[in-house]
Amino acid sequence: MILRIIKILKLYIQTVTLIPGDGIGPEISTAVMKIFEAAKAPIQWEERNVTAIKGPGGRWMIPPEAKESMNKNKIGLKGPLKTPIAAGHPSMNLLLRKTFDLYANVRPCVSIEGYKTPYTDVDLVTIRENTEGEYSGIEHLIVDGVVQSIKLITEEASRRIAEYAFEYARNNQRTSVTAVHKANIMRMSDGLFLRKCREVAENYKDVKFTEMYLDTVCLNMVQDPSHFDVLVMPNLYGDILSDLCAGLIGGLGVTPSGNIGANGVAIFESVHGTAPDIAGKDLANPTALLLSAVMMLRHMGLHGYAKKIETACFDTIRDEKVLTKDLGGNAKCSEFTADICRRVQDMD
Amino acid sequence: KHTTIMMATLTKAFKPILGRQLGNTAKLFPGLSCTCNTPTECLFIVYLQPPPAKYGGRHTVTLIPGDGIGPELLNHVRELFRFSCVPVDFEVVHVNSASTSEDDINNAIMAIRRNGVALKGNVETNHTMPPNHKSRNNLLRTSLDLYANMMHCQSLPGVQTRHKNIDIIIIRENTEGEYSNLEHESVSGVVESLKIITRNNSLRIADYAFRLARDKGRRRVTAVHKANIMKLGDGLFLQCCKEVASGYPDIEFDSMIVDNTTMQLVSKPHQFDVMVMPNLYGNVVSNVCAGLVGGPGLVPGANYGRDYAVFETATRNTGKSIANRNIANPTAMLLASCLMLDHLKLHDYANMIRGAILTTMNETRLHTVDIGGQGTTSEVVQSIMRIIQSGGPLTTEI
Repeated sequence: MILRIIKILKLYIQTVTLIPGDGIGPEISTAVMKIFEAAKAPIQWEERNVTAIKGPGGRWMIPPEAKESMNKNKIGLKGPLKTPIAAGHPSMNLLLRKTFDLYANVRPCVSIEGYKTPYTDVDLVTIRENTEGEYSGIEHLIVDGVVQSIKLITEEASRRIAEYAFEYARNNQRTSVTAVHKANIMRMSDGLFLRKCREVAENYKDVKFTEMYLDTVCLNMVQDPSHFDVLVMPNLYGDILSDLCAGLIGGLGVTPSGNIGANGVAIFESVHGTAPDIAGKDLANPTALLLSAVMMLRHMGLHGYAKKIETACFDTIRDEKVLTKDLGGNAKCSEFTADICRRVQDMD
Repeated sequence: KHTTIMMATLTKAFKPILGRQLGNTAKLFPGLSCTCNTPTECLFIVYLQPPPAKYGGRHTVTLIPGDGIGPELLNHVRELFRFSCVPVDFEVVHVNSASTSEDDINNAIMAIRRNGVALKGNVETNHTMPPNHKSRNNLLRTSLDLYANMMHCQSLPGVQTRHKNIDIIIIRENTEGEYSNLEHESVSGVVESLKIITRNNSLRIADYAFRLARDKGRRRVTAVHKANIMKLGDGLFLQCCKEVASGYPDIEFDSMIVDNTTMQLVSKPHQFDVMVMPNLYGNVVSNVCAGLVGGPGLVPGANYGRDYAVFETATRNTGKSIANRNIANPTAMLLASCLMLDHLKLHDYANMIRGAILTTMNETRLHTVDIGGQGTTSEVVQSIMRIIQSGGPLTTEI
């Protein structure tokens, strides 16, 4: 009888692959695990390492245990990974992206009360196509002194990202989706992207669809970011705009990010660097990873826990009593974490 | 000595071009004049540009009204010039953005070749037309080889913005990069767009940037790139910038990746001085900076080539939604016309008009709707004319 109850309970506990990462990765992962424990979230962590190894064909790949775990659990949380310069293997993030076909990078940017920036009313989401576009890596030296880089836009990828954007808007009660492009100059490539977005928009009449040039978006974003809701765009524009929006709310240290792949795989990550200079000194700020974990909870449908943890985190930052160095205080990472845990427990 | 060092760098960089130019006066850096000691030095480096069309003491400048707010703003420019007795005549060339033939734009290009200088509004590009219908503005820039786009972003004291005291010069490569217009659909559903970076053009723009920095007494030049991903393309650009930087030891050089740049621009814009970058990043960064100082209605832009110069607003907006409603901000276009007057060496007129514009903006605080005021375009222009009438030394002498 008791065993049966435990079995049923185990069914509700979801396993998530945790990749601590390098540098400050392990400490912030521990912080997130502690907070989740305090919140009694039904999450079980499975830690895996993703240092690249050389596969049978001579190609670099991630360790098979990591791959298996991800494919089984479907959801992952990743800390910052470093790419050693002369390692010979491509960037780890690139490898993960290719292995799991992570085609959409989602970055919700919401102004954080208590962390003052010149912009106070930001509430938008950037959805960036993550597999092709300008970052296809196809470059040639035509003649000495002339280089060509190829930007690839395919119908399939554009349709996929547009569909994801509209689904996201619908599921998260967002009112409009804006396609960002430069079709006046790159007529065929961005023209194709735009056409696909328009086609997909036909199936989602409840969400408003607009299109805007990249330069107009940049101009208006810097003057009044409250005009924007969900933005969908190809790779390069997405890279620039998502970092621009991160800058509006306070930088990469407080920005969550998620990568959605085919086959239901989703990896949520913190996008800041490994900060080797403060690694191991209990000075790191776990906010970015924590907010990404909250995004992960929302993705899994556990909205109650997500709200609880997010509110606790924002309350701690708003209170301004226990803040890590990058947020303007001088508390340690463990103290910051403990404060959030206390608030979460008080909420119950 | 200064000229000889530069001559050495230039001859190395531009040998293929100069080889053909022996005997002609080559203008390599518009707007700079130098006194050469020997005639042979002058062969390579005569900074004096070929005189623009000037007859009877009056200059002729090509005017391209464009679409949207272009025609009305350029009318104001003409009105102001007439009022201030500026010795400039405008040759108006219309470019119809709806027509598919390239005759219009070719006429405009011929007119600019004839006159040497132009002032233009933005010509709209209808992107639902077939891909072989190229952007008219882009055609103009590439045909005339206007390789450097210069934009000086300065915070104006009278305008409310989130960041104060910004002073950044942005130099953007204007002819190649992502705007090469080379696209093809090799397989149905797969489109390739080529981004071209060449050594010559990168050296040219880097040289322009460093010389401008030195001329204006600037301390640092930052190259903006994405060489961690586009290793060959942006890598070549960065390498060219580094090469040119070595010839200017008095100017600091550093580089920054474009996504980090935009992040830094919105949080700490004061760390930037002069920035140089390829075409697309230039588009993004210049629009971000224009937004930081108060919007598209305030910043003028200039496109310089070896032989020609075209002036327009920095962010090149058509402004269709505010056209013909008398609410557009004339500041950007008027400041662009002042840059043009500086280029024609009519500095007195330029300073007079510029002073009047800045007085209207900062002292009388007459602002248009886009910067939070209530004034109309005509009111602003009238105010500028009043200030010129009451103060300018040139008008009282007449």
